[in-house]
Amino acid sequence: MSAPVPPTDEERRASGEPVAATTRRRWLGAAAAAGASGLALAPGVRLIESARAAAPQGAAGAGANPKVRWGLLIDTTKCASGCTDCVDACNAENGLDPRPTPTSAQWMRKVEIKEIKTGRKSSVPMLCQHCAEPPCVDVCPTGASFKRVDGIVLVDRHICIGCRYCMMACPYKARSFVHETLTEQKPDVPRGKGCVESCTLCVHRIDQGQTTTACQDACTRAGHGAIVFGDLNDPQSEIAQRVRQAASVQLRADLKIDPGVRYQGL
Amino acid sequence: MRETRLLRLLAGLTLAACLSPATAGDGRTPRPAIDKARAGTQCVAEPAVMRREHPQMLKHQRDDTVHGGIRGAKASLKACIDCHASPTSGSVAQTDKDFCASCHAYAAVRIDCFECHSTKPQRVAVKP
Repeated sequence: MSAPVPPTDEERRASGEPVAATTRRRWLGAAAAAGASGLALAPGVRLIESARAAAPQGAAGAGANPKVRWGLLIDTTKCASGCTDCVDACNAENGLDPRPTPTSAQWMRKVEIKEIKTGRKSSVPMLCQHCAEPPCVDVCPTGASFKRVDGIVLVDRHICIGCRYCMMACPYKARSFVHETLTEQKPDVPRGKGCVESCTLCVHRIDQGQTTTACQDACTRAGHGAIVFGDLNDPQSEIAQRVRQAASVQLRADLKIDPGVRYQGL
Repeated sequence: MRETRLLRLLAGLTLAACLSPATAGDGRTPRPAIDKARAGTQCVAEPAVMRREHPQMLKHQRDDTVHGGIRGAKASLKACIDCHASPTSGSVAQTDKDFCASCHAYAAVRIDCFECHSTKPQRVAVKP
């Protein structure tokens, strides 16, 4: 006598037994587990993202909004050669060395460029370009380098081991390594020896509901107004309207890493 | 896993022992000097819970904050510092008598939070 074979779903269905409920329940359980661990339910669909999208956004403390893509538009025709107000403001806001040495961390720097054939000069603030496909994130061996759902590329210093792979991978030389013990950090901007760091798009301000970065404020205060920060995904935002109307470029667009920082007048 | 649990249990017992008045005595190690929190403030949990669970609370919250951008949640190192900074040094870990440092020195648990995080509340740190 052979062992009793459990009926298949088809046989159960034929005999009128409830099969759909059990299988659906099993599937939901698996789906919930997958969602909780951040796995994809289907290509591009994750529970965590739909949950965040459903939650009220915009308020301080609500967390990063996946509908947002934060970015900067820098108008190099308005940027004054020799002016370092944005860099100084960045250093002050984030507690960086106010008088940088060659080994100091540098989140923002001014680059003077000249087209050889025409002699046309431009002054360009350079910083983390907050790429949509960040090479620094690709190479990070520990997952410390990551992109938030709102497009800000950050380093989780709790996980960073200071291998500096990301510094090698970044085409913009945007990242710095902290070589020496630091003191007097800003409470909002923890920083320390042995970690790589770069521009955070003033993430501590953005999370608290502010709508400007320190560099933008400084540039506006200086009367240049060369830097605009905003949500590239919001058609009503100033930055989205400006990039729609005037020509702007992404640096090294050929690399297809889709930077969130765009430059006008280059 | 079992070792971690055992360690946590031992750490908890040590902490409980060092904080209970029954064991007060003149040991070689100075007993932790725990300042009262800033007046008019309320901690997010009972002291017994905080003593045992604060590492887990902070470790969980740090990921939500760094990766998810969630700030102002229940567990927050900044909020700890806001209430527990010493009135004399203005810090939680600058001198041996400050809130975090005194207990961690006694329990011989080395923390590296303050290699990156400021030990002072915002309002003190912004003073020139």
